[in-house]
Parts: sequence; structure tokens; C-alpha cells
Amino acid sequence: MSVIIILLIASISVAALFLGAYIWSVRDGQYDDEYSPPLRILFDDSPPLGNEFEEPSTTNLKPQTRNPKLKL
Amino acid sequence: MSIAATTESTKCFHCGEDCEPGRITAGDKQFCCEGCKMVYQLLDSQGLCDYYNLNEGPGITRRITVRKDKFAFLDQEDIKQQLISFANDKETHVTLYLPHIHCSSCLYLLENLHKLNPGIVSSRVNFSRKEVSIVFHQKEITLRQVAELLTSIGYEPFISLNDLKNAKPRVSKSLIYRMGVAGFCFGNSMLFSFPEYLGLESAEMHLQSAFRLLNLLVALPAFFYSSWPFFHSGWQGLRSKFLNIDAPIALAILVTFVRSVYEVASGTGAGYFDSMTGIVFFMLVGRVLQEKTYQQLSFDRDFTAYFPVAVTVLKNGEEIQTALPSIKPGDTILIHNEELVPADSILTRGKAFIDYSFVTGESTPVEKSMGEIVYAGGKQTGGNIELLVMKEVAQSYLTGLWSKDEFKKASEKKKFSFVHLLSRYFTYIVLTIATTAAIFWYFNDPTKIWPSVTAVLIIACPCALLLSNTFTNGNILRILGRNKLYLRNAQVIEEIANANHIVFDKTGTLTSSRQQEVTYHGEPLDVSQIQAIITLAAQSTHPLSKALLKYFGKKNYSTVDAFHEIPGRGVAGMVDDKLIRLGSQEFVTGKPGKVSAMPVVYVSIDNKVYGHFTIQNFYRKEVPELVRSLSNKYKLSVISGDNAAERNHLQQLLGENATVLFRQSPEDKLHYIQQLQQSGEKVIMIGDGLNDAGALKQSDTGIAITEDSNNFTPASDAILEAGQLPKLQHFIQVCKANKQIVMASFMLSIAYNIVGVFFAVQGNLSPLVAAILMPSSSLSILLITFGCSNLVAKWKKL
Repeated sequence: MSVIIILLIASISVAALFLGAYIWSVRDGQYDDEYSPPLRILFDDSPPLGNEFEEPSTTNLKPQTRNPKLKL
Repeated sequence: MSIAATTESTKCFHCGEDCEPGRITAGDKQFCCEGCKMVYQLLDSQGLCDYYNLNEGPGITRRITVRKDKFAFLDQEDIKQQLISFANDKETHVTLYLPHIHCSSCLYLLENLHKLNPGIVSSRVNFSRKEVSIVFHQKEITLRQVAELLTSIGYEPFISLNDLKNAKPRVSKSLIYRMGVAGFCFGNSMLFSFPEYLGLESAEMHLQSAFRLLNLLVALPAFFYSSWPFFHSGWQGLRSKFLNIDAPIALAILVTFVRSVYEVASGTGAGYFDSMTGIVFFMLVGRVLQEKTYQQLSFDRDFTAYFPVAVTVLKNGEEIQTALPSIKPGDTILIHNEELVPADSILTRGKAFIDYSFVTGESTPVEKSMGEIVYAGGKQTGGNIELLVMKEVAQSYLTGLWSKDEFKKASEKKKFSFVHLLSRYFTYIVLTIATTAAIFWYFNDPTKIWPSVTAVLIIACPCALLLSNTFTNGNILRILGRNKLYLRNAQVIEEIANANHIVFDKTGTLTSSRQQEVTYHGEPLDVSQIQAIITLAAQSTHPLSKALLKYFGKKNYSTVDAFHEIPGRGVAGMVDDKLIRLGSQEFVTGKPGKVSAMPVVYVSIDNKVYGHFTIQNFYRKEVPELVRSLSNKYKLSVISGDNAAERNHLQQLLGENATVLFRQSPEDKLHYIQQLQQSGEKVIMIGDGLNDAGALKQSDTGIAITEDSNNFTPASDAILEAGQLPKLQHFIQVCKANKQIVMASFMLSIAYNIVGVFFAVQGNLSPLVAAILMPSSSLSILLITFGCSNLVAKWKKL
């Protein structure tokens, strides 16, 4: 019997945690822009400025139509 | 530079526009202009060439260069203060609107601004709002330099007078919170109800009250917080003596809650908490879907959104950037090419060609000479002019026009959706059934009055109607949005469906502002002469030169020597040892020209006048078909601010029955719409410029046409991309289908209701039956509305 009570408390607190996360994410503006976040993660971080040891542009200059659909 | 031999055109590596091969190159890349090449070299040197890998030709053409001091006003402390959102002694935060943002490459480049200038700490793009938030160290880079950096890579920030008011309406998120809370309550409530439905062993009966109490507890936020909008709107409706759809829904929620609390408190039952929270959740989902509109579009623009933030004021020979509101009568202002005149003033220096299309719809620029009055809202085309300000910005003709009472919608017409009327009948029927059941049980078994009446009210609330309405509306809005017709809200769907008269503006709506029809009158020209003409025209940015270029298509260019342009009059230059002059009659022939209804470009070669081109408005090629498809169902009118030169042509295009009116001032347009409405017609007005603003507002549905959604449109109910105009009839049909879909799914829900009421009047609606009926009816409505509206869209090829 007491097991069920404990489980109930556990389930409610987990659910409340998710509710909290949801409210936080809305307030944080995570639903304001649905386009850029999924793309942002795909951009490679190129080496920071200053150590231009090799011009990376020479190899990938050709316009690739890797994902031509991306254009709005 | 030499003549290129090949005829095929290549695409500019930067912006993807057609360009002449081999003229401007860097490595093996071709560019259309020096500007594009510069951007490429800048990005290349900073290792940002991923920009070009993400999309082909992602850049913005740099052919039109931005004036050097355009952002000088950002050095003014008072203007700066109003634009930045946060500043301390180290860094500044600013959010700028960049209309050019359009693809993932833009995102990539704009979020890597710190690589282009170390003074920028970070930048973050909000794609749907087309905004970039930039944090920068003001010691290393000024706001003006930030704006100029953005401009130099092709993303010119748009800063208007509107931004200074600092009143950016935030999208209210309260509905989204309420939905989340209701979802939380619904899910948990269902879990806690399982023991009740599945049955508990006798040894565990003591747990029953624990589960019921928990159920009551999770229902509290759903009742007191989430369902508030329904109570609020229902109460508002009752106060204004109108029974809207939310009133019976609020009543049902209230009855369900009270009865459930009573049952739990008295230990007689488990209540209907799961059904109640579920219905609140689904209804809120519908509302959120329906109210999800387009943040990046503004439906409420007034003229201030068009006006620049600052203009150049001349004081003692010095150019001072001054914020627009503080321009005073007596100031001398300097207006550059393509700039808007912000206040009524007198021309004191320079040759003014004022394009008033913004205010009147007249498409041909008007020539003004020294001492004449130039009204606010006109756009200078040509060289710089100096003006003496006569009135403050707030008192100019344009502003006065705008603040006229007629331009404000007469006391926001009360519009009620048919759904409210339907729900009213529905409510009466439900109340009748409830009373009948109460009377019946009063004579037979008085203990069953309370359970049967409450059960009827619970089961028969018009939530199915509301659900079908909001979900259908939401989906239709989405479908239309996919086809580039953006509606302000769901009510517009119904307004479009009800319309019976369609009024078009001419300039920019039926005609395209990007294309013109060119005809040549005079001695025939041979190929080399044509080539020489377009070579010369290509050097000029004047709209008429561009029209000529477009007319002749892409040809090879030669070189031009001794080129000179007299703004507003014409161009001249040596091409292949021929002296070519293009321009007004006076400029080319030396004789004063007569006023013509349409723009004319004269041409002379080696001082011999060959003839002239007339440049006519180009009717979108879909117009005839559009008119044909609409004319048998709708009355059509065209109202234009332009002169009547094209009356015959237009009448022919639209057919005998259409009304065609010319020389209509903004007020005339508005009055025409009013007249139609007074004779009982429902009007859709389709227009583009500010001159249509009053009519757009007055009409039942105002649709603003725009060449692309980055552009600025006057206040309206809907925004349509110009290319989609031919689909207008399909859009209207989809809007009409909307009502039928709502009705159909409502019929289905009535079937569910009859089953439910069958149990309810007998006084034995078990929570289990309610718990099955509620989600299944909601889900089937959801499927029907989505399925049907998508089918209709597919059928109409949208």
C-alpha cells in the first residue's frame, strides 16, 4: 500500500518537473523561432580567427546543392 | 573591358542573379557586380565560405548601392538610446530588423559576425521575426558601424520611425501556458482515474479516496487557471447581451466541476475530472492552433513604419542628422535619391521628380520646380534636393489624412462568427432537454433530477462545435499560409467566404510594379543599334532604363565612354563610336515635350532622333483568367489613382459589367467601399499602397498585395504575395469549404451527443462512458477537420 503512495508522489513530482521544464522553455522563447535552432547545430565551428594556417575555402568553394530545399 | 563573345549568361556566385560572363571575376567565380565580389572576398578572407555551401547564390545583389552616410543618424545619442535594448559601460545589446534574411546561409553568416569584426561579441538570429540581436563592445565598434557592417555584407537593417516608439507588441504566451497546465492536469487525471475504471480490490478500497482526492487536486489548476479564457469570454458576451459559444462551454465546465467536487466530497462517486480537464486541454490546443499567426508580418502598419528615422538637416552649411519627430518648420532638409519626403515643404534647390505612388497611386513621377510645395510621402527620384520644411511631421497632409476619422474603422464593427449563432440554438435545445428530463424525473424519481440534469449539461456542451471550428480554422490558416496568403486571424476566413464584391486597385495590384510593357514607335533599329541602346541603359538605375533592359532581354554589353546622366531627364554616352541619347523628349530632341499619359523614352543616335519607346503598365498575365473565373460569381470593380489613359484597355479586360473608376483619391476609394457596403454588399478590397489604406481598412476584408513578404504593406486583414493572385478564386473556395467542414464535423459530434444524452437523461452517465465518449469524439473531430481541409486544399491544388 505505502509503495503505491510513494509511487504516486514520485510520478507526480516527475510530471511536475516536466511541467516546470515546459513553462521554462516557453518563457525562454524556445518556441519563438522554429527555423534556426535545428540548423544552428549543423554549422561547423571553424577554427577561430588568427590561425589561418590553411585556407579552408579552396576545397569547398564549389557551390554544392547538398540541401537545396533549405532555401525558403 | 571588352565585349564578351558568349551569349549564354551565368549566375552570379554571390547572389545567383544572371550576369555577364567574364566581366567581374575572382578566381573561377563570376559576379554580377563589384559589390557582390567584395562581399565574397570579405567572406573568403575570414573563412566564412560555408555561406556559399549551404545554398546556391544565397547573397543579396549589391547592384544598388547604399548611400555612404545613410546610417549617420545612428551616431546621434538620442536616436541610439531609443533603439538599443540594453547597455552598460562595456557592451551594448541591440535588435535590428533585417528584411533580407531568407535562408540558412543568412543564418550562418549573421551568427558569425564576430569573425568579421572583433568588436562584436555575439549575434543571434530570430528567423521568423527576421531579426538579429547583436551584442557588441561599444568601445571597439559603434552602432553605426554595426549597421554599416551589416549593409556591407548585404543585410541592410531597416530602421523606421516606428521603431522609435519602442512599442513592439509581444505575443501573449498566456494561452500556451494554460494549454501546458491543462495538458499536465489531463494526463495525470487520466492516470489517477484508471483504478476507478478498472476496479479496485476490496482490500485496497481505502486507496480509492486517495486517488479521488488527487484527481480533485490536479483538476484545480485546470479549472481555475486553464479554463479562465472561456469564463472570461462567456461573461463578456453575456454582459453585452450576446450568448456566444464560450458561455455554454463555461457553464458545462462549471457544472462538471461542481458535480465532481460534490461527488468526491460526499463519497458518492469519482466525478468527471478527467473528462473536464481533457476537454479544456483540447479546446485550448484548438485555440492555440487557430491563433498562431505570423509574427514576422505586421498587419497594423501605419505610415510611421514607412518613414525613415532621421533626415539630413542643413544648418550653416553643415549636414546634421536629425531624428524625424524633432524636425521643425524653417529647417532645411536634404533629400537624396529614393528617399521619402517626411514633411510638407517647399523645394528650394535641385530638380525634384516626386513619385507620389505611395500616397495617390499615380505611378508617374511628378516634376516640381523651385518654390513649389512638396507634400510628405512623396519619394524623390533623381538627384539630391533641398527642401524648406513648412509643417511639422505630425501636421503634414499625409499624417492629417491618416488621422482623419474616416480612416479609423468606424467603431470596430461587431462581427460574430456563424459558430456563435449555431451554438446559441444548440444551447437552447440542450436546456430544453435538461428541463424536460428534470420535469420527467420530478414526477417519477426526484432523486434523479440532479444527476440527470447535470449529466445532460456535461455531455452536451458545444465543445465539439468549438473544437471543430478552431481546428478547421487553424488548419485552413496553415494551408493558406503555405500558399503565401497570410490572414490576420481566423475571422477573416469567414469574411472572405461571405464576400460578394471584389474591388481591385490597379497600380501594383493588377499591374506589376516590376514589369512594364514597352512598345517602340519610330524608324526601325538594327541589332547593333539596339545593343548600343541597352548598353547605355544598363548604366543607369532609372526605372525606365530598367524597363528597357528587361524588354530587350539579356544581351551582350559593349563599353560606354563619356557616360553622363542627368537625373530625371536622361542619359547619354558613346557606345561603339555612336553617340546615344536616351531620355525625355526635351533632353533628346531639344524641343519641349508635351505632357503624356504614360512614360515615354526618346532615343537619338548620333544626334538623329529615331523614335521613342512608350512604357505602359504591364498587366499581370494571369489577370484575364482571374477575371474570367471571378466575374460570374462576383461583382468586380477597379479603382485607381492613376489617370484614365487605360480605361478602354481595362474595361475590355474586365468585361462589360465591371465598374472602372480613375483618379480616385484615397478618400474617394474609401467612400466607394462605404457606398457598396451601404447597399448591402460584402466587399473584398485588394490593394497595395498606402493610398489604398483607408479602403483596405473600411472593406470587410482588406487584402494587401506585396511583391514579396519582406516589403511593407499597409494595415490590412490579409497579406498576399503578388504571384499568388491568380489563385484568388481557389483561396475563396477553400474559405467557403471551411464552413462546410465545421458543419460536417459538428453533425458527427451531435451523433456522439445523442448517445451521451441517451445515458444522461436516464441519470446513469458513468464516468467511464464520459471518459470514452469525450476523447473519441474529440479525436474523430480532429481527424475529420484535418483530413477534410487537406483534401479540399489538394483538390484545389493549393
